[in-house]
Amino acid sequence: MELLKRYPKLFQWLFLLVVFFTLCFAIDVPETYKFIRGQAEFIKDPNQSTYTLFGIEVRYYAFDTLWRLPPLLGWLPIWINDSLFFLLNDWMPMEFWNADTQTYKTRPLVLQITRNITAIMTFFIELIREILLGGVETVVTFTSWDWISENPWAKLPGLPWTIVAAGAAILGYKLSGKGLAVFAGIVMIYISVFGQWKPSMQTLSFILVAAPLSFIFGLSLGIMAFKSKRVEKALHPILLVMQTMPQYAVLVPAIVLFGVGDHAAVIITMVVAVPPMILLTLLGLRGVSPEVIEAGRMSGCNNWQLMFNVLIPTARRDILIGVNQVIMVCFSMAVISAFIGAKGLGFNLLLALNQLNIGLALEAGLCISLIAILLDKMSLAWANKQTDYFGSLTFFELHKSGLFFAGAVLVALILAYIGSFYFKEGFNYLYEIPHNKGISTADFWNKGVDWIWDTFFHTLKIFNTWLIVDVLQPMRAAFLRMPVVATFVLVMGAGYIIGGIRTAFVVGGLTMFIALSPWWDRALVTTYMATFGVIISCTIGVTVGTLCSQNEYTKNFMLAVCDIFQTFPSFVYLIPVMMLFGVTDTSVLIAVIVYATIPATRYTIEGLRSVPAALHDAGSMSGVTKVQRLLNIEFPIAFPHMMLGLNQTIVFALFMVIIGAFIGTEDLGQYILKALSDKKGAGIGLTLGICVAFIGLIFDNLIRTWVEKRKKHLGIS
Amino acid sequence: MTDAVIKCDSVYKIFGTNAKKMLQEANGNVDAKTFQENGCIVGVNNASFEVSKGEMLVVMGLSGSGKSTLLRCISRLTDATAGKIYIDGQDLLSLNNKELIELRRNKMGMVFQSFALLPHKTVLENIAFPLQIKGVEDQECINKAMDMVKLVGLDGRENYFPRELSGGQQQRVGIARSLAVEPDIWFLDEPFSALDPLIRKEMQDEFLRLQAKLQKTIMFITHDFDEALKLADRIAIMKDGIIEQLDTPAKIVLNPATEYVRKFTEEVPREKVLKIEDVMEKPNNENLSDLKVSKNEIIENVAEKILTQEKSVAVIDENNKIVGTLHPSKIIHTVFGGRKNNG
Repeated sequence: MELLKRYPKLFQWLFLLVVFFTLCFAIDVPETYKFIRGQAEFIKDPNQSTYTLFGIEVRYYAFDTLWRLPPLLGWLPIWINDSLFFLLNDWMPMEFWNADTQTYKTRPLVLQITRNITAIMTFFIELIREILLGGVETVVTFTSWDWISENPWAKLPGLPWTIVAAGAAILGYKLSGKGLAVFAGIVMIYISVFGQWKPSMQTLSFILVAAPLSFIFGLSLGIMAFKSKRVEKALHPILLVMQTMPQYAVLVPAIVLFGVGDHAAVIITMVVAVPPMILLTLLGLRGVSPEVIEAGRMSGCNNWQLMFNVLIPTARRDILIGVNQVIMVCFSMAVISAFIGAKGLGFNLLLALNQLNIGLALEAGLCISLIAILLDKMSLAWANKQTDYFGSLTFFELHKSGLFFAGAVLVALILAYIGSFYFKEGFNYLYEIPHNKGISTADFWNKGVDWIWDTFFHTLKIFNTWLIVDVLQPMRAAFLRMPVVATFVLVMGAGYIIGGIRTAFVVGGLTMFIALSPWWDRALVTTYMATFGVIISCTIGVTVGTLCSQNEYTKNFMLAVCDIFQTFPSFVYLIPVMMLFGVTDTSVLIAVIVYATIPATRYTIEGLRSVPAALHDAGSMSGVTKVQRLLNIEFPIAFPHMMLGLNQTIVFALFMVIIGAFIGTEDLGQYILKALSDKKGAGIGLTLGICVAFIGLIFDNLIRTWVEKRKKHLGIS
Repeated sequence: MTDAVIKCDSVYKIFGTNAKKMLQEANGNVDAKTFQENGCIVGVNNASFEVSKGEMLVVMGLSGSGKSTLLRCISRLTDATAGKIYIDGQDLLSLNNKELIELRRNKMGMVFQSFALLPHKTVLENIAFPLQIKGVEDQECINKAMDMVKLVGLDGRENYFPRELSGGQQQRVGIARSLAVEPDIWFLDEPFSALDPLIRKEMQDEFLRLQAKLQKTIMFITHDFDEALKLADRIAIMKDGIIEQLDTPAKIVLNPATEYVRKFTEEVPREKVLKIEDVMEKPNNENLSDLKVSKNEIIENVAEKILTQEKSVAVIDENNKIVGTLHPSKIIHTVFGGRKNNG
């Protein structure tokens, strides 16, 4: 009784677990139940039950509702699909002027709008692409194909790679100084020399359109949400879902609306990149101290000046994190959108992965990562740039960069010209090094992989088999063995203990959506993989983070490492693990673990760093040992922040699990991937995406509620 | 007074959704407690006063007394719930947004407790900010801002960032920024409260030096009664949104209007606050000693001389005309008398 009073929560949890396990053991698996495969809704089978809603017939195998709920939401994907098609093909037909045929043509409104957006996007992408690589599309936009064939000279020539490299270096110098200049130069030269120039520039042109657009949209929506409560309330649920929505899932509806190609990729990228930008803009603007705003007002700012001269610059720190996120998402999407026909490095990467040519994949992946890091650093330097009002600069100093660039252009052109004589046959390497004609290390890597396979085959195999047979499969079976009632009890019970009745119903509702969808089993598999990943990631992350926090040097080093790793597009993580473990669940899980360890480590370090120095001193004066200090002072104070890290870890893990479908897993991700190639996949993809998002939101909700309570309890907010 | 630069007439500021309605129903008789029960918080309760040109009004009160709210009403950073505020005879509350911005760009400057500097701008850029906002040409902005940098003694640090400066230096930037547009009216919201005591004293002296030079019309907010006594031409003491007393420092010390005000004045060293004229008597024909003291002297400075006299001393004005007398015993009574009665 005494114990019960002291630790009431502990007993609530124990009670919950007891009920949960009792339910698990009390409810048997129905004999006819086929895990996962039993849900194929398109198989016609006299044993199936059916129901009709909104004119849509849903077939399913009925089981005891305590075991599995019937897929009452089975009509939703079909309905979404039909609505989308109706909207696109039949809704509001209008007359539009067609410039090509000089006639009016009847087209549905939405289709016309999406086609126009498509045209604009394509134009910008092509423009940048052709400045970098040369081509005729841009000229065609202003004239016509006929005109082009009559005037074969009329095309953008494309810049020699030397100019782009020099330009990048000079830009780097102007923005930040020698360090960035050297880095930019080396990255560009590397890309070119290794024969990745063309795909890299294709990717870059895509990103140079997607990133600024995402930034502008995110910033403006963030400002609107800051100014108006109503906008914020409207955006809030969308932002929440988008935060945990896997990027794959957005692909499918986008194909329907915008077709395939780079333009659709830009739009998807915006859909994914804008929400974090909005959130961070909002966070930053909220954080500006009221006195600074008043100071701005008293300086006589009008609303516009207040926003752009006071609020946004003051909130710069958070907005920059937003920019960083946008760039990260852009590169991540640069790979993923290769699924829907975007050109560039991503396409090569996917192709190489498909052929299991790890060497090539590695090279493409490295290029993407390098460009990502370069752009990230440049955007940061740009935001931190200062103006000098005093120096009475000479003409040369003022226009140094311009002059250097002009010089570089001249030199490069001369070089390219000389090159055209020197490399008479074949390729002018001083103009453009064609794809796969540069130096390639692919063979080296492939041989390395082969060597590893030959040498460590047994060790790897034993490890792999052990992991799959003794750890993963039992865990997976345990997750699938959970009756739906038990899951509800566990989730809602946790919600109740943590946050009260409201939280219980919120998480219960989210679970209900998944349970009523036709993909409950797959959601369980997704959850199991994510859970496994999260547990290992957190163990590693917290340990590494704690160890690194012990001294200033390792701490900063680790944070820098996290920064760099975070810039890698998520797909890149799959390359090295596929090298080692081939196409198995283990590969996916290790990618998940590596990827999700980043936030776990980062938040641990940040959390420990936030412990006030006075508390350290107080601890020291009480004579604590290092371990005591860690357990009694640092961890309790840092715990709320570390839990937010757990939150991020879960989101990261879920992302990677879904991406892992590419390697072949049996979870929701696989269905999303399938939906990509299905004409009627849009609804399925979106619904699946929402399911994954909801899994994330369930954890998000529980953790956030707990953190807020805990923070209030500790008096930090 | 006709030359009132700031004039407040029954200004109320009440926070809450139905503040206006409640205020109307209360009919000018605002009781903080009943308002609070109905979800409204009274910030400023019926404030009426004037500040004349070149005068420094210090508003003193503890935290939550509504002093900052009062200042924000007058600078219209918040809109007063009721009442009239005139700036140079212009009805502040009737100004539209554009006129208000114009007014702030040309007539008002404000200094903040936490400095409120823009972290992304250098000292110079911060100071030039109001000018840039106004649309002044770049070079002129820089020149003017440099003058201000010199005025507050930050030469050589104009390219520093706020984070690289100490608190005192940061507030100097804040002061320079508020003066950049050469405003007539200067609002200071607890400008020295966030500073160390030594720096605070230094900044107060600096501030008095500036004011002697610039002669602005000032509203100065503080929670420090000593600071108020040191700087003020007149002091307004606020409690729960009400101005308890508004008077010169001497009169407040000598005749506290309410019990609340008296508590503040108890510990005040009177010899440091009061001037001879505050305690002198009317000239009569009594036998005076040879010592003559100026009526503007602070008691502390002349007390020793006066106390060596046996007879009353003559008090003279600027023209050497005798305007009063002062008996040594009065000094003793003033300095020590009050305490005994209270103790």
